[in-house]
Amino acid sequence: MNPILFWLFSILMLGFGISVVANRNPVASALSLVVSFFCLAALYVGLDAYVLASIQVVVYAGAVMVLFLFIIMLLDLKAEVRRKFNRLAIGGGAVVAIGFAAQLLGVLGSHPRGDQPFPALKLAEGETLSDLQKVGETLFSQHTLPFQVIGVLILVATIGVIVISKRELK
Amino acid sequence: MTLTLNHYLLVSGLLFTIGFAGVMLRRNIIIIFMCLELMLNAANLSLVAFSRFNVGADGLPNFNAQVLTFFIITVAAAEVAVGLAIIVALYRARQTTHVEDINSLKF
Repeated sequence: MNPILFWLFSILMLGFGISVVANRNPVASALSLVVSFFCLAALYVGLDAYVLASIQVVVYAGAVMVLFLFIIMLLDLKAEVRRKFNRLAIGGGAVVAIGFAAQLLGVLGSHPRGDQPFPALKLAEGETLSDLQKVGETLFSQHTLPFQVIGVLILVATIGVIVISKRELK
Repeated sequence: MTLTLNHYLLVSGLLFTIGFAGVMLRRNIIIIFMCLELMLNAANLSLVAFSRFNVGADGLPNFNAQVLTFFIITVAAAEVAVGLAIIVALYRARQTTHVEDINSLKF
């Protein structure tokens, strides 16, 4: 991936990620999250994961975020009123986040293969990476059982959502 | 300058940190839920970077990691559906999405 594009999309993604946390209006947060997910899909394209990029756009930026916006508008949430800040929570959150980031830098510095560039793909002349076919082959030949379990999980989630949202809970 | 694995891991870790800080700092339960999604996506980004980094003997990326990412996206979508249904049920019972107003179990 072109480093300029990488930095552009990374900075956009992190900036809109911060905007998710910093915005008081839930609708603005949700829309920032959509942009952040689009930039993440662009990073996936840079990593030659075209299928995952399209799944990211369709499932996350499409379905999941529509669900979020739908719920925010259904509940008619207003911008959060300014409350007394809980100093303990803010201090604790900042300390844990900064500690995590420092730990991350330490781990990345000592990672033996971390500073190597990405190896080139070996493709035949004029051939493009057919990752949809490869991901499908891997999914259905080596991971058939997890795939079926995921199917059951989605069924359970669907039934669970219907049960939870029924008006009278007995 | 060529991109290395560390660049992607750094961006992924920073995205995770942002999501984590959001979970700790924000009091609106829907924003907390969005920050959880950010953390899941940060994990996905590092998985895809490792997948592209580990080019196998056939000269192609390791597709097991991409399948795992696919599963994570699927589970996250199911989780969002259930979580938002719980939030709606909670709002119906308490008329609030503010975590500090929901303290029945607090000692």
